[in-house]
Amino acid sequence: MQFDPFIIPFNIGLYFIVIYAVVRSVMWFRDLSRQDKLRLQRGFFGRSFGRSIREIFMESLIHRKILKADLRLGYMHMSLAFGWFLLILFGTLEADIFGSSHLNPPYKSIFFKFFNPDHGRTGLEAAWSFWMDLILAFILSGLILAVIKRLTPKVVGMKKTTKLRPLDRVALTSLWLIFPSRLLAESFTSGAYGTGSFLTGSLGSWLASFLPANEMAYPFWWLYSLSLGTFFVLLPLTRYMHIPTELFLIFARNSGIRTGDKAGAFTEMQAYSCSSCGLCIDACQLNFSAGITNIQSAYLMKGIRNRESVTDITFNCLMCGRCDQKCPVGIELTPVRMIQRRSGEPVPPEKGIIRKYFPGKPEYRTDTTTARPSYNFLPSPAAGQAEVLYFAGCMTHLAPSIRNSMVKILDASGVRYKFIDEDGGVCCGRPLMLAGQDKEARELINYNSQLIRRSGAKKLVTSCPICYKIFRESYYLDIEVVHHSQYIKYLIEEGLIRLSFLRKRVVYHTPCDLGRGSGVYEEPKKVLKHVAQLLKTEFEDENSLCCGGSLGNMKISQRQKQSIASDAAAALTKDDPDILATSCPLCKKTLAAATTTKVSDIAELVAEAIVLPGIPGIKSGRLAQKKEPVSL
Amino acid sequence: MEKFGFTLLKARFIDYDANDRSIAEFIYSKEPSFRVCIECGCCAATCTTGKYTRFSLRELNILMKRGENSLVRNKIRECMLCGKCTLVCPRGVNTRNVIALAREAYRKEQDNAV
Amino acid sequence: MEDRVLVVGGGAAGMEVAGRLARSGYKVTLTEKESLTGGHIRNWFHLFPDRRDSLEVLSYLENQVDHGNITLLTSTDVEGIETRHGSFLARTADDREIEADAVVLATGFDLFRSERKEEYGYGIYDNVISSADLEIMFRKGEIRRHDGEIPQKIGFVHCVGSRDEKVGNVYCSKLCCVAAVKQAMEVREYLKDAKVFCFYMDIRMGGALYEELYRESQEKYGVNYIRGKVSEIAENINGRLIVKVEDTLAGRPLKMELDMLVLMAGMEMSEGGRKIAEYAGLKTGENRFFAPADHHFGSNRGNLRGVFYAGTCTAPMNITESISHARAAAADVIEYLSNGRR
Repeated sequence: MQFDPFIIPFNIGLYFIVIYAVVRSVMWFRDLSRQDKLRLQRGFFGRSFGRSIREIFMESLIHRKILKADLRLGYMHMSLAFGWFLLILFGTLEADIFGSSHLNPPYKSIFFKFFNPDHGRTGLEAAWSFWMDLILAFILSGLILAVIKRLTPKVVGMKKTTKLRPLDRVALTSLWLIFPSRLLAESFTSGAYGTGSFLTGSLGSWLASFLPANEMAYPFWWLYSLSLGTFFVLLPLTRYMHIPTELFLIFARNSGIRTGDKAGAFTEMQAYSCSSCGLCIDACQLNFSAGITNIQSAYLMKGIRNRESVTDITFNCLMCGRCDQKCPVGIELTPVRMIQRRSGEPVPPEKGIIRKYFPGKPEYRTDTTTARPSYNFLPSPAAGQAEVLYFAGCMTHLAPSIRNSMVKILDASGVRYKFIDEDGGVCCGRPLMLAGQDKEARELINYNSQLIRRSGAKKLVTSCPICYKIFRESYYLDIEVVHHSQYIKYLIEEGLIRLSFLRKRVVYHTPCDLGRGSGVYEEPKKVLKHVAQLLKTEFEDENSLCCGGSLGNMKISQRQKQSIASDAAAALTKDDPDILATSCPLCKKTLAAATTTKVSDIAELVAEAIVLPGIPGIKSGRLAQKKEPVSL
Repeated sequence: MEKFGFTLLKARFIDYDANDRSIAEFIYSKEPSFRVCIECGCCAATCTTGKYTRFSLRELNILMKRGENSLVRNKIRECMLCGKCTLVCPRGVNTRNVIALAREAYRKEQDNAV
Repeated sequence: MEDRVLVVGGGAAGMEVAGRLARSGYKVTLTEKESLTGGHIRNWFHLFPDRRDSLEVLSYLENQVDHGNITLLTSTDVEGIETRHGSFLARTADDREIEADAVVLATGFDLFRSERKEEYGYGIYDNVISSADLEIMFRKGEIRRHDGEIPQKIGFVHCVGSRDEKVGNVYCSKLCCVAAVKQAMEVREYLKDAKVFCFYMDIRMGGALYEELYRESQEKYGVNYIRGKVSEIAENINGRLIVKVEDTLAGRPLKMELDMLVLMAGMEMSEGGRKIAEYAGLKTGENRFFAPADHHFGSNRGNLRGVFYAGTCTAPMNITESISHARAAAADVIEYLSNGRR
């Protein structure tokens, strides 16, 4: 008995999905840029191959990152993925070892019990059956969790599970049916033949005690095959496409392919790799502080996959990057969102089933250019010569204490510097970029670049992490760009400024654009340790919070911003520090309005701690004046 | 009809009834905080663009609300979206979004006209 | 009648209500967290609208509380109130207990701490001062810059900490406008050649004789009014202050160099009042002041029977209104106690 009609649905599904995966991969590969194609080729046949296999094992099967974030949720994902993998692996081996022939077609191992109902009575066979039952039990335990999660999201630790589309629902049902139907099919067969181990065997003999097991088994084998077939055929249309896509993505990423700033195959792959696990929703402050639960990255990815208009989702985001850190698949969510902001409104895709399976490249409405911003009113830039340029940034001018502190520090260091935006400057361009207007941002970038280049300076110091990020990433400058925290650290280490110790208990809030956005975590903390006692908070480094004042989000109201700020400030000042320190004028202003704890920029603390050389007249006049609050 | 009596110079008036205030209505619908502006001028005082050219968000806001779009249509393009105005606004008006929406509205207006 | 009333806060309202109740025969305990009674009036020199010396009002109030039925406890900070068997027990910061049959809270207001509006540079620039700082200068009889120079160009910034969502105060403190007008006139009296500018969003002259004062300031004192909210203040190399504002009526940004700038700080719920509210579960409004039981006929009562409010702990008020509000509180207390505490 080597064939039965019930295997047809499974076979159709399997061969369909294999062919589809190959075709889709080829299409993605074709759409990659030339460099990326080379990278992938080199990566696939090179050293990164090992890394990719390891990552696939750890993340796609074991789900290490989800396990770390949430044990129960991780277990759910692991039991389904890793369990299924084991079931296939050992099922294939089983068919190979115990079957009538070697190199069997897949259906023989999947439906092994049907074709070998007598198998598993004694010795190695029985032990193997026990092992197979154990794997099935492992999967079913995860499945129970998944069902509970779908019904009551709280149980698996999630605040909100992502909403489903009808097709997802059918696919989900077929996925859920796969393992119970296998359990019942195997149990009935085992019951009829008196085989099977602790799970299928026990269940089988119990069922056989009051049901005609032999007759009951066959429909369940059909159900098993049908649910597998249905799941495979629907898979490309649902979020379960993440299973094959993630493998491709891991190879691409390990070969050095990055999101970059244009939409393309890699962005598309990332969107398809999202499993909608919802960790990004949990990480999002808009969710837990402002009650906005429909714009998180999982929804964005879904929107991109479905070619929906995602404009409302795309722009309602703080661009803080917290979700990037939490994403177990490692999708570069914020860069993908940035690309979407740039792209504008998508043209609705053509309808039809073929289009659903092969959506093609997304198209966007092209903008009429006349209504676009223009900055031709700017005068031609003029700047003097200097070694070091100090660019305070727009926001710093609204926090004059930071600006004055930086002037005091720079004056005290004796460095020859020029304060280029002392009377205010031209915006760095990042706010425009965050609004998706790259071309216009480019105008401002060129303007500022000219000014910086003409000065002949070697170093550009800025107080604003927003400016810092764009100076480093999007300006073509032959000059070292540092944030003032980095520069102050340099001044301290070179002995150019001397500091006293302030005897204050300080916590540090990492600004998004400086920390997650630019990778500067250590320097500000090192500077703080020079002048004060630095306490740890629950939200350090990659896990730092957004202050809520972000220019990344243009959609939320003042009240929502304030509620994010209050929650963040409360979390950071839990241990009642003397000072909540940060290194961004926007964070400072936002947090200061939300807490009674004093909020200071590290520049202010350093300026306060600075020990001035005692020789009168050596420093500039402004420095000689003592600045103290008016006390009357 | 024979013209008789004093003639008022039409251009002197904001013809409130005849003006098209759909741009402002569009912004109201998407960004309700646009309504609560009290014309204090804080945005214009701190404005980065305003240092270089005649640009007052306060002025543009009130003109849009009155349906006087001709000046606004071009002027609104000059904002750099730096966000200082959002930071100083005492009424919590989401000024950056107001500008983004105004641009969107004028773009749509133009697309429809073409 | 042996009913005991506790009055918390020895400012204008507290003193007035204590005096009224004492004269009606109640045993009154009046507590004040500072060492002297008088509250904010003590820091003020001349009062609007008639510019009388605040000492006159102070001596009236001191007269009010000079009564055998009043026990005055200064330097006493009441932190919380509890109900006990139909009467009240107040706890002080130094763990004393005061018993009473009714409580009047007259915890007043705190001036907005101008440092919180960082872009105005209070505590950063030497010559940015607050309206309270200026009153002290008036009292001393000397208006000088930090470097000792006599200022020739002085600006007043209205609405500092009022009508400003960014500092969390959306309400109008309603007295800063008239206070600015009064102070602007006084500055001109001290400094005959000085130029004075008021930067305002709206001039709110709702009180008796306020509008007249406003007109007088223009007519007789040459005070200049510029309509626009100051966005930020900078300091130049010479220590002059540069104001950035849009002259909204002229429709253009305006830059001005000034020798001194006075911030008209708004009124906020006092820290003492906030603590008591939290401790005793008293309701506060969105403006954080005590929420009255009814805006029209219950402005002296709150959500706790037997606890009454007097003066600026419920909303910004001038001295006249505070004293009237205190008298109404006294009437409410008397009715409550004589009707069997109902």
